[in-house]
Amino acid sequence: MPSNPDLLKLIFGRLSLDSFPYHEPILVVTFIGVVLGGLAVLGAITYFGKWTYLWQEWITSVDHKKIGVMYIILGLIMLLRGFSDALMMRAQQAMAFGDSQGFLPPHHYDQVFTAHGVIMIFFAAMPFVTGLMNFVVPLQIGARDVSFPYLNNFSFWMTAAGAIIIMISLFVGEFAKTGWLAYPPLSDISHSPGVGVDYYIWGLQIAGLGTLLSGVNLIATIVKMRAPGMSMMKMPVFTWTALCTNVLIVAAFPVLTAVLVLLSLDRYVGTHFFTNDMGGNVMMYINLIWIWGHPEVYILILPCFGVFSEIVATFCGKRLFGYSSMVYATVVITILSYLVWLHHFFTMGSGASVNSFFGITTMIISIPTGAKMFNWLFTMYKGRIRFEVPMLWTIGFMLTFVIGGMTGVLLAVPPADFVLHNSLFLIAHFHNVIIGGVVFGVFAGITYWFPKAFGFKLDPFWGKMSFWFWFIGFYFAFMPLYVLGLMGVTRRLNHFDDPSLQIWFVIAAFGAVLIACGIGSFVIQLVVSVMRRDKLRDETGDPWHGRTLEWSTSSPPPEYNYAFTPVVYDHDAWWDMKQRGFVRPTEGFKSIHMPKGTGTGAIIAALAVALGFGMVWHMWWLAILAFVGMIAVAIGHSFNYDRDFHIPAEEVIETEEARTKLLAKQA
Amino acid sequence: MATQTAVHETQTPVFLAKEEPHAPSSTMLGFWIYLMSDCLIFAVLFATHGVLGRNYAAGPGPQQLFDLPLVAINTSMLLFSSITYGFAMLAMEKDKKQATLVWLGITGLFGAAFVGLELYEFSHMIMEGAGPQRSAFLSSFFTLVGTHGTHVTVGIIWLITLMVQVGKYGLGAENKRRLMCLSLFWHFLDVIWIGVFSFVYLMGVLG
Amino acid sequence: MIGALGAQCGYCCFVCKWSRPETGQKIKRMSSKLSRGLLIAPLLLLLNGCNLVVMHPSGDVAVQQRDLIIVSSILMLIIIIPVMALTVFFAWKYRQSNKDAEYEPDWHHSTRLEVIIWSAPLLIIIALGAITWVSTHALDPYRPLARLDEARPVTQEMKPLTVEVVSMNWKWLFIYPELGIATVNELAAPIDVPINFKITSSSIMNSFYIPALAGQIYSMAGMETKLHAVINKEGVYKGFSANYSGAGFSDMHFKFHGMKQADFDNWVAKVKSDGEGDLGRAQYLDLAKPTTAEPVHYYSHVDPELFNAVVNMCVDTSKMCMNEMMMIDAKGGHMSHGEHSGMEAPMEGMSHDAMSHGDHAAESEPMAGMNHDGHAAPGEPMADMPENGSDAAKP
Repeated sequence: MPSNPDLLKLIFGRLSLDSFPYHEPILVVTFIGVVLGGLAVLGAITYFGKWTYLWQEWITSVDHKKIGVMYIILGLIMLLRGFSDALMMRAQQAMAFGDSQGFLPPHHYDQVFTAHGVIMIFFAAMPFVTGLMNFVVPLQIGARDVSFPYLNNFSFWMTAAGAIIIMISLFVGEFAKTGWLAYPPLSDISHSPGVGVDYYIWGLQIAGLGTLLSGVNLIATIVKMRAPGMSMMKMPVFTWTALCTNVLIVAAFPVLTAVLVLLSLDRYVGTHFFTNDMGGNVMMYINLIWIWGHPEVYILILPCFGVFSEIVATFCGKRLFGYSSMVYATVVITILSYLVWLHHFFTMGSGASVNSFFGITTMIISIPTGAKMFNWLFTMYKGRIRFEVPMLWTIGFMLTFVIGGMTGVLLAVPPADFVLHNSLFLIAHFHNVIIGGVVFGVFAGITYWFPKAFGFKLDPFWGKMSFWFWFIGFYFAFMPLYVLGLMGVTRRLNHFDDPSLQIWFVIAAFGAVLIACGIGSFVIQLVVSVMRRDKLRDETGDPWHGRTLEWSTSSPPPEYNYAFTPVVYDHDAWWDMKQRGFVRPTEGFKSIHMPKGTGTGAIIAALAVALGFGMVWHMWWLAILAFVGMIAVAIGHSFNYDRDFHIPAEEVIETEEARTKLLAKQA
Repeated sequence: MATQTAVHETQTPVFLAKEEPHAPSSTMLGFWIYLMSDCLIFAVLFATHGVLGRNYAAGPGPQQLFDLPLVAINTSMLLFSSITYGFAMLAMEKDKKQATLVWLGITGLFGAAFVGLELYEFSHMIMEGAGPQRSAFLSSFFTLVGTHGTHVTVGIIWLITLMVQVGKYGLGAENKRRLMCLSLFWHFLDVIWIGVFSFVYLMGVLG
Repeated sequence: MIGALGAQCGYCCFVCKWSRPETGQKIKRMSSKLSRGLLIAPLLLLLNGCNLVVMHPSGDVAVQQRDLIIVSSILMLIIIIPVMALTVFFAWKYRQSNKDAEYEPDWHHSTRLEVIIWSAPLLIIIALGAITWVSTHALDPYRPLARLDEARPVTQEMKPLTVEVVSMNWKWLFIYPELGIATVNELAAPIDVPINFKITSSSIMNSFYIPALAGQIYSMAGMETKLHAVINKEGVYKGFSANYSGAGFSDMHFKFHGMKQADFDNWVAKVKSDGEGDLGRAQYLDLAKPTTAEPVHYYSHVDPELFNAVVNMCVDTSKMCMNEMMMIDAKGGHMSHGEHSGMEAPMEGMSHDAMSHGDHAAESEPMAGMNHDGHAAPGEPMADMPENGSDAAKP
């Protein structure tokens, strides 16, 4: 109590009762909702006695398929959070004209748009693509798991830990009010003394470590664990894009880690990396963060290009047009993505030659991207197109993405960028490519591989609803922003004087509502599909007449993926097997060597949350304890040499015989 | 399985591997990729030092601060530790557990001496008022050199852990693999230090 | 070509010609149409009614930037439109239910097609890249203007107007050094006179942007960025910060008046008579404190050294100026007291080295390290006034 403020400060650091935003009705209501929802979920788990199941089968699981599913679930939860931020922004901007200040004062609005960006990129899009890669890649290359299954579990939980830290900031303290890249000097300690930027730093730092390790893991997996016969040029396109993506992750995320360390040092120690005075250099932060930031957008889009490539070939019933040019295009994009970062700040005063260099390198990226677009197009040519939901998303992507690509190249022309930079035109552009590319790609991928993961398809009606709401909603939400950008309206404003702008913001808000319906339809789709799962059941393991290896095993695949390791002769390996009369063996099964689950990843990640929380609130004792705990648990884990087991042959036989019966019933 | 493939060998190619293919261990590759990512962190810190390294904020510069003989001794500590780690690996190859442990111990001592000397240098500079808050140059100096020192410290903790494990479980395949990883890590830090020594200290004082 | 496109753009300019006060009413009428009419028609009407200032600017630089947007868009549409059309066409033609369409499940390669799909975008990008290179150099904001508009080149006799711009939390300070006046949140300039903006920030990074005049450029503390522009039409235009800078950002806008020379002279006289007096160091420090929606006000007199002091971050005389600091740094840093006497003797011998080292630093280094051409580097004020730092430090 007040009698001993020093002791309180020692224990709670900066944390006090005032840190809780109980005076913000929006947050209080959200908090109550989250608590009630959380209690309901926890109660249900307890009631159904599922804690052991959850711990043994999911939390400690090193099965890449389950980890992939958990990534996607994390992404969905965070998508809901990030999207509610988007709705608030659209509502605020549609309301706050003239005398009306809207319902979000600057200190809240600024947190909302920062959180929206951070959450959508790091905790929605990243888990989605990482989840897809985790689930699909080992199956596509005929492997039983990733190279480092334990590390995979750890990576996931670190990503989740980062997300938890960001979520805590909603109810304890505040989030950053700096924009999603936290440019100094705004983010330095003198201009942002609160805990917001610290939440940002620790959330990203912890999740970033998970992402980096997951990148290392998947590269090693793809390089070392491919099935016999699968040379590099026989890898499925999705695996290729996953490889390039993970190379990008490993080459880009250390830069983010380093730059965030430097920013933390400025804030915690008082160094002068990015300060205005004492020799610091703000421009260095902006350069470094974009050296990570630009490859990051390709980290998001490349796997989606892979998803579309798989889907187009499958649903056109046709071999992918120009496989090798697709591969080269992916590799070229990977390399070029490191040579363009400066286009994010042409307006910082670089010389004309530097600006044009980076402008032109940016445009060059559109060449391989264009080639990819044509490849998909000519895959459709003389195909037999089935308009299942994944294909709808793909065509929606092709139509939408080219517009985003065009406005992107426009922004790459430096003098044009001078008038469009930081405007709503820019916002419209990157949502155009991220929604049109990444979101559509992720939804396409989820719909496409859902039957593989769970053994039943997603309900097509609600899938189509979701697609059309998203597709039309996107145009309503973002075409007005293009117009507003040309009207000279800049981003991140929470109030406008000019009433003639309002109509456009109202249209955009309407679009956001349509997108909300799209997300709602997707959730309904999940629920309806689970309820109707017996009707939607896939017993063949190959519900779409797929082409790649993952469709050769059962849906859902057994823990060991493949009873026998496949041998590959073609990049459409499963198609090739089907064409050339492959007969599934029904005997000769042996025991299979698999990694054991471990709780270490989840425990270290939980300690990482404590570490982050302690650092944010200057509760040093907590931070030190958590840090020492993390190291101790990691060392303790290294004393465990008993990390794998054999699935007995009888169990394999039992599983495979069940599948044999199912297949026989089909025939 | 054997019968299965035999039946079809004539008409269709072998679509399933007869024997479980021996997946080559990915550990060294994975660790190498990790090291490269770590290398990038250092690259950023070097670049930062390249940008900020002459921004003394009217404070002391390298000529006043760096004690080259001390740094030279420090460098030799680390170089010696790499050599002794090499001896440890040679002993490991010959499955001499005791010799491996002794060489690892010596490596650890050299490493600790390195960290100790670095801490002495840091404390001396801070006492003189040349701490990381004094100027951008000092911020980047302390961060770059300190990050390297932190890595060496982590290496020492890892080394001790491994010594315990080798002592307890012997030189099994798993422990050899771990020793190989640490070896890569340790030599990697050596290479980084050579960069730090030439780029930060020598070029700072002479350049 | 640009001329033709300009004519085409004349259309979009024409439809945007409704003057601002009417726009609100138009919009109201428009929105009622929106509620009943078809989707597309009212949208087009909306577009007509709005003021697409970026597509309809009033300054020559912005006009050229607008032309560039149009040219680039058309170049890209050459490829985008066929792709979109083909996507829809193929999707329709090769649908599963159309059994008449050809089906070649194994057709996956055609060298001729591959060449086309790589070279078509390549050609477009070569054209666009050439345009980019030329236009980026021609429209480099650091480059003094070569023309007032398409017809009139800038001549030697034309005396440009210099405006020193300081972004503050959260307002804009404009200093007219030649006129000795300063304004807050209001900017004026005579039409058809080249304006040289020198831009810096008191603390947080902002972006100085008047869409009708020219593209934007960041304002950064301790650094000076430049913008050259001209306004060709009379009018009142919006200016604002285009880079988020914190809580008061939304209100960080100002009016930019393009005036005839005579009106501008009157405006200057008004500033001098209405101004609240001197803008010296003390007043500056007071003004620099964060405020939101600061009303327009004037200063009839400005300390001529103020802007240099702002750029060098030493308005507060207790702080060392950055140019002074950099000169010390270029000589290898400050000798600490303890070592000073001991170092003096070797200093003689080292002076040559130290000097050449200093030169090198001035060329490429002082904080410009990451800033490529060294454009926005604070090295610039140092080069401009190598000895000024200590002078500026005098009150």
